[in-house]
Amino acid sequence: MSAGASGGRRGLSRFGAADRIVPPGAQSARSVGVMAAILAFFAVVALALALAAGRLAESWAGELAETATLQIFTDEPDVEDQARAALNVLRTTPGVRSVRMIEVEEQRALLEPWLGPEAALDGLPLPLLIDVGLDPAAFDRESLELRLAAEAPAAVFDDHSAWRGPLVLTAERLRVFALASLGLLAICFAAALSLAAHAAIAASGQVIQTLRLVGARDGFVAAAFTRRFALQAGTGAAVGTVLGLVLLALLPQASEPGFFLVGIGLAGWHWILPLAIPVASAGIAWAATARAVRRNLRKWS
Amino acid sequence: MIEFENVGFSYGKAAILEDANLAIAPGSFHFLVGPSGAGKTTFLRLCYLDLVPTTGHVRFFGRRISARDRDAIADLRRAVGVVHQDCQFIDHLPLIENIALPLQVSGVEMRERADDLTALLEWVDLTDRIDALPSELSGGERQRAAVARAVILSPEMILADEPTGNIDWDMSMRLLTLLVELNRMGKTVLIATHDLNLIRAAKARVQARVLRLSEGRILPAGADL
Repeated sequence: MSAGASGGRRGLSRFGAADRIVPPGAQSARSVGVMAAILAFFAVVALALALAAGRLAESWAGELAETATLQIFTDEPDVEDQARAALNVLRTTPGVRSVRMIEVEEQRALLEPWLGPEAALDGLPLPLLIDVGLDPAAFDRESLELRLAAEAPAAVFDDHSAWRGPLVLTAERLRVFALASLGLLAICFAAALSLAAHAAIAASGQVIQTLRLVGARDGFVAAAFTRRFALQAGTGAAVGTVLGLVLLALLPQASEPGFFLVGIGLAGWHWILPLAIPVASAGIAWAATARAVRRNLRKWS
Repeated sequence: MIEFENVGFSYGKAAILEDANLAIAPGSFHFLVGPSGAGKTTFLRLCYLDLVPTTGHVRFFGRRISARDRDAIADLRRAVGVVHQDCQFIDHLPLIENIALPLQVSGVEMRERADDLTALLEWVDLTDRIDALPSELSGGERQRAAVARAVILSPEMILADEPTGNIDWDMSMRLLTLLVELNRMGKTVLIATHDLNLIRAAKARVQARVLRLSEGRILPAGADL
């Protein structure tokens, strides 16, 4: 092969992606990466919040709905009789799956995290507590309360619905809020991408003019810009996602003692979900840039 | 190949071309002359649909192409190689990528055309400059590179706008030789120039028709050309 031939073939090795035609120093393309990283970080946090709120709402609406307590205050003179009667009523009530007396020591253990180990619990009028397991589908609360009123009037049945309802509502609203935040982040990202693409096109007039001169179709030009922006956005979003996941890993987890109510970290397979954020970011970047570039190209002859 | 039918073009109220009728036959060699500002560049831009006529029509290979059909215009430009006075390269790409740009935008597999590219680089004597950026090239090298880019897709027609405007006489002759060789291969060549010596030199080698653009009209040039 001649020197010229080898030169031509050597030159071919450099041809790669069409996005090489986009000027490498395009400031707007670099800004896209930084912006994608920041927005992906917030998206991870919003996603974790949505998932945690969903978990809490599910837990409060589901698991906690399957438990209840029955209290009989010890200053009642016939507390032992009433307890026996209440147990009997519970055991014969449809939808009651289990009944268990909570011993005084267990009650003290439950109170200790709230009152501290040094608290003088002996002076407190602790009620007799019965833990009740329920099948919500088969359980009739009104019927139970009527029977208790007749046979154990000192017994107070509590299925936690008074505080569970607002908490479930709050958790559900929080989930909607987090999902709305995710949607807004996506819209914000798409809008910013459009602006960046407009800027890149405006700064690449000579390149576009040359491409049109040699017969480039709009699709080729748009692909070059969209590829560059999608790569920048995907890479930036991957960095932001990793940072967000590191932050979540450092937060107390819901499984840790005392954090079941406030753990906003991810759990189980939910850790996989944020990996979709860089892919979604690249997809949004692709679509937003393609639209902006094609609209701009129509201005060129 | 290209037919102008009552073509008029104006920038606002300034008429550049009026009621022009012209047919450029396949395989012909044309020069377009005229004073600066007469509209030679505008005429060439009409030839590759960079501008749309204000009145009349331009037919390409026997058909009209709508200005709205952007893909058809792009395809037309692959059949018409253009050499600009300022060459219009992409500054951040090395010479070989600039020359091969028409292949890339046409979706041609580069490796299939390696031999063509190599031969083309040898033909324009730029084999040793493939890594150079456009800003590192001399005026003559840029013009030869522009010719190479214009012909790499083997177009039917070559349009050149003042191709010798920035180069010395020796380099002008070298460039003219390339264009005459292309014409002998059957390519149609149209050169807009104000360099009368170039036209005389060309007419010594090839049968060239000279058109004069003056006051919006295209007319055959006088006997002096």
